[in-house]
Formats: sequence, C-alpha cells, structure tokens
Amino acid sequence: MKAPRITDTSLRDGSHPMRHQFTVEQVRSVSQALDEAGVPVIEVTHGDGLAGSSIQYGFSRTSEMELISEARKVCQRAKIAVLLLPGIGTVKELKEAMERGAQVVRIATQCTEADVSEEHFEIAKKLGMETVGFLMMAHMRPPEVLVQQAKLMESYGADCVYIVDSAGAMLPRDAYSRVKALKEALSIQVGFHAHNNLGVAVGNSIAALEAGADQLDGCLRGLGAGAGNAPTELLATVLEKMGLNPGLDVYKLMDAAEYVIAPMMPYQPIPSRDAITIGYAGVYSTFLLHAQRAGERYGIDPRTILTELGRRQAVAGQEDWILDVALELARDSQVHPPIRHEVVEETVEGAVVEFKQLR
Amino acid sequence: MGAQHSAKNKVKVAIIGSGNIGSDLMYKLLKQPGHMELVLLTGIDPASEGLTRARSLGIRASHEGIKAVLEDPDIKIVFDATSAKAHVRHAKALREAGRIAVDLTPAARGPYVVPPANLEEHLDEVNVNMVTCGGQATTPMVYAVSRVTPVLYAEMVSTVASLSAGPGTRQNIDEFTETTAKALEVVGGAQQGKAIIILNPADPPIMMRNTVYVLPEDEFNEAAVTASVERMEAEVQAYVPGYHLKSAPVFDTRDTPWGKRPVVTILLEVEGAGDYLPRHAGNLDIMTASARCAGEMFAQRLLGVQEVVA
Repeated sequence: MKAPRITDTSLRDGSHPMRHQFTVEQVRSVSQALDEAGVPVIEVTHGDGLAGSSIQYGFSRTSEMELISEARKVCQRAKIAVLLLPGIGTVKELKEAMERGAQVVRIATQCTEADVSEEHFEIAKKLGMETVGFLMMAHMRPPEVLVQQAKLMESYGADCVYIVDSAGAMLPRDAYSRVKALKEALSIQVGFHAHNNLGVAVGNSIAALEAGADQLDGCLRGLGAGAGNAPTELLATVLEKMGLNPGLDVYKLMDAAEYVIAPMMPYQPIPSRDAITIGYAGVYSTFLLHAQRAGERYGIDPRTILTELGRRQAVAGQEDWILDVALELARDSQVHPPIRHEVVEETVEGAVVEFKQLR
Repeated sequence: MGAQHSAKNKVKVAIIGSGNIGSDLMYKLLKQPGHMELVLLTGIDPASEGLTRARSLGIRASHEGIKAVLEDPDIKIVFDATSAKAHVRHAKALREAGRIAVDLTPAARGPYVVPPANLEEHLDEVNVNMVTCGGQATTPMVYAVSRVTPVLYAEMVSTVASLSAGPGTRQNIDEFTETTAKALEVVGGAQQGKAIIILNPADPPIMMRNTVYVLPEDEFNEAAVTASVERMEAEVQAYVPGYHLKSAPVFDTRDTPWGKRPVVTILLEVEGAGDYLPRHAGNLDIMTASARCAGEMFAQRLLGVQEVVA
C-alpha cells in the first residue's frame, strides 16, 4: 500500500449541509487552513457542481466563481478542484472556473452514463487541466459494469477515475471489490469517495486503499451531504497510524475541524435516522434536507419518502422526485396536501441550538 | 379525418433520416396524416433497417439522402431527423429549392418552435427548429404561466430513461441544456431560463419526467396560473396524447437571488404513444409529435385550409 493523495471537499460536498450559503470569508479561512495543513487538492464548487445554483438544488449565496477565485488566492500549495456534472454544468462554466484558478476538474456522471462526459474531458484536457472521472451512485452496479464505464472515461482522457459512494450505501467489501476491479482494468489512477451514512466512511476508505486506491476524499468534521464524507482529520490520523500519511499535518487538520469548520456548521452531519435510511435505501445523500423538508410539509416520515425513492431507483440529482413521491404518499394516505403552506426554513441559529442539544 | 381527403388536398412530405426519430415520425404520419402525404423516406445507408421498414409499409425509400428529396419537386415539406451538422447543409439546399424544413436536429437554422406557444407566428418561415425534447415538454408550461403573469425566471429538470437517450443527446449534452434554457426565454417568455437533464438507468425504464419551476415577477393569482397550466395540458394533449400533469401546480416560497419569493412547481410526465419507439421514450415521442404538428400546420397553410387541426 502507498500513501494516497487526499482531496478535501468541505467546500463542495459541504455546500449541501451549508445549504449553499458559503461566504467569501468562510471559503478563505477553510482553504487557508487546509493549505497550511498540507492538503494537496481543495474542491470548491456548488454542491451539485458548476452551475448547480438552482431552484432544484438550492441557490448559492455567493457565486461559486467568486469562491473559486478566493480559494485560489489564499492557497500557497494546494490545487483548486471543481466538480462538473454534465447535464447541469457545461464547458462554458468550466472555462470560467479555470480562468478563476481551478486546475483540477472532477467530471461526474451516474455510474452507467459515462458517455455523456466525453466532450467535457476532451475540453478539460485541451485547457491543460488535471481530470478526474466520478462514477456516482456506484453501489447500484457491480464491478464489471463500473469497469466498462471507467474505461470510457479513461479513453476520453481521465487521469483518474473514482468509485463514488454517493449514497453511503457500501460496506467495506463493496468498496474493496469495486476499486480492485478498476485497478486491475485501468492504467490510470483510481480513487474512492465515501459517505458516512452507515458509519463506515473511514472503514470503506481504508478498504479502498487496501484494494489499491491512489486517491481518497475527505471533508473537515464530516461537513458533507447526508452523514458527511470521511472526516479529513480522522482519515489523516488513521493514515498516520498506518504509516501512510501523505504529508498531512494531523494536528493542524484537527484544529481546522475544531476551530474553523465547526463554528460555521449549521448542524453536525451524523448518521441520524434519516441519513442511515439514505445509506440503507441507497439514495443520493443530498436528498437528506430535501426529504426532510417535503416530509414536514406533507406530514410524512422522511424515511418513507427516502425508501420509496430507493425502490424507484432514483439517481444523482433527482431532487424533484422527492416532491413527486411526497405528493403520491400524501394522496395514498388520504392526507389532503395543503394548498398553501408557508415552508418553515430552519434557521441556522435554530439548527445550531439543535446541534448543541445533541451534543 | 385523413381518409376523407383526396390526394389533391394533401401536401407531399418527406423525411430525411432513417433512424429512430425518422422511423417514429413515419409511423405517426401514416397513422395520422392530416393534410400531409408521406411520399419518401431517405437515409444514407443502403442497408438501413429504416429504409427496409419504410418500403414494407409502401413508402418510397432512398439511400441518397437529400438528393432524392430535391429530385422530387412535388415534395413541399421536409422533416429533417439527421444531425445538426447535416442539417446545416440541408437547410441551405432546401431553402434554395423552395421547400419548407421542419428541423428535428439541434442545428437551429430557423426559429425555435413549440406548437402551442408560437407555431402560428412562424408559419411564414421556410425553416423551423423543434428545440429539444425537454424544450417541447416544458416550454409550454412556462408559456402557460407567462401568458397570465410576467415570469422572472424559469427552470426545467428533465429526467429521461437512459435507454431513450441516443448518442446525439449524449455527445452534445451541453447543447441540450443551453438550447432548452434559451427556449424557455425566447418562446416560454421567462426573463432567464435554466435547464437540467438527468439520465436514469432504472429497470424497467422510467417514463420521461419533467419538473418546471417558475418564479413570477409580480404578485399573481394562483387560481389563474393553475387554470392556465391545466388548459395548456389539454392544448399539448391535442398533439401529444401521453402528456400529463402529475398533480396540480404546487405553490410554495423559496430563497432565491431575488429574495424570498413564491415558486410555482409543475410536475409533468410524458408517456410515448408507442408508435414505433417504446412507451418509455416519451422524450422522443414528444419531438416527433411536435414535428408532425408543425408539419400539419404548414400543410394547412399551403392548402389554404381554414380549420385548425392539430
């Protein structure tokens, strides 16, 4: 085994629990702390990738382009990465992100749909960017299907392909077999992106490493969708203990988690009942807050909505199916959906209180 | 109605492109010819199944592409179901030959057309573009809101079954989002449009699902919006029978770049007619059905027919 390269995605996957409200100051302080701790790649984008700012996913408070520029400005060593989901973002935004200082692009598709990314890989390579393919919701298909899809991305010019456990549904053996299959079939690097919905994000990351993964993802204090990703400070400490620390300053990462990220978090992502259900049902981790909101509005247990979405094989980005399912469940249970209902937006303050009570 | 018209009351039409779209359109034109008579289907591959299929249905077929169309001066309306690149060439040739082109590719040499929103405005054109499948499915609903109250922003999310997303869509997915967003503005009447497309590989395949979010600019009457949306559902159903609302429009409030604002959410499903393509391919069905509708209106115009038949 060799020490993996770590990408921190607090400023991208963390955009989900932050409800896309990151400010310039927050991005500046997080990027700086990560850079000083030796994290080599920092991902900064709307949670759903470039141009994700929308009604479907939630509008960004601050333009992601501004946030990318800011992160680039404060980092001495780290590369800035952006996420791009073809179908949401386009090459146009990718070019702008590059001009703003992004050097790595992670191009994400549903794990069966890699062929929508060809144009984006080609253009990113022409722009001179490092390219990473992201096969999302990879628990939904067996290793041999993922190999075919990863090979497509390799042929388009990917420098690395990730197995992405978007639903946090994998067990260590699932992560191991998928990464192993890609390692055997590809001549480029392989990565693994975990979610902690079943409480095994770090365990899965280590299983991936044992299978040969070259790159792993983390986010400070688990600030990511669902129950968050593998906490970067925790991953770094475990790697240190394994003798595989790629040069991260473990104490600095712990401090960044404690003093930089924690104070800005609206709540602590944990394997709560709804997040566990996401992992168990195998649905997209970002459905968490949307399902809670719909559940509240229509008086339905979010777990019922999430389980039904799993049964329907909902994929990455299908937040609009949540309303669909909630309306149907409300109709089925004879509960009359209200014609109008002022949606109660949880305030950040309220959520912090809730978080403190939890602790 | 088709059978009661004699041949002289019909406009001769042709399809270029013998793939899935061309074949589905062929079945639609045979099933519901209206004032059109399909006389030719062309492709460029002599071994194409589409050409064989056309011949077996008694339709003349040629592998000489647009050349065969130009050689028959009786053909007045031409449906182009090839590719954007090919259509750029075809558009010029058809224009010079005085034929009307209904373009199903993303080439967009002529104005975007979404039948219930703006087809009548463009019946003097010699080339119209059918936007995208998602554009055909969602623009009518943005238009339904904007005809009642001004629209600041409209967003659509189209989820289609992986099996019904062909290589054209897959290789040019940016073109889909950019073109569709523009149609929401230019045809739908939104000041700003945004489009998202998602491919879902579920087995069995899902029906095409579209969600339309609309942010009205001013205070508006919810009942008037609901009535307009429901009327539009019927207007589209006149030419796409499988088009339906999944529920009444939902009204709620969201944080937006323009402050906290009411949002209208419209959930749609499109079930294909199953003419040639399977029922889950509602995205392709709505393209061919919309193109047929456009062709029919042009044919009526050429014949001087007064009645408006979708």
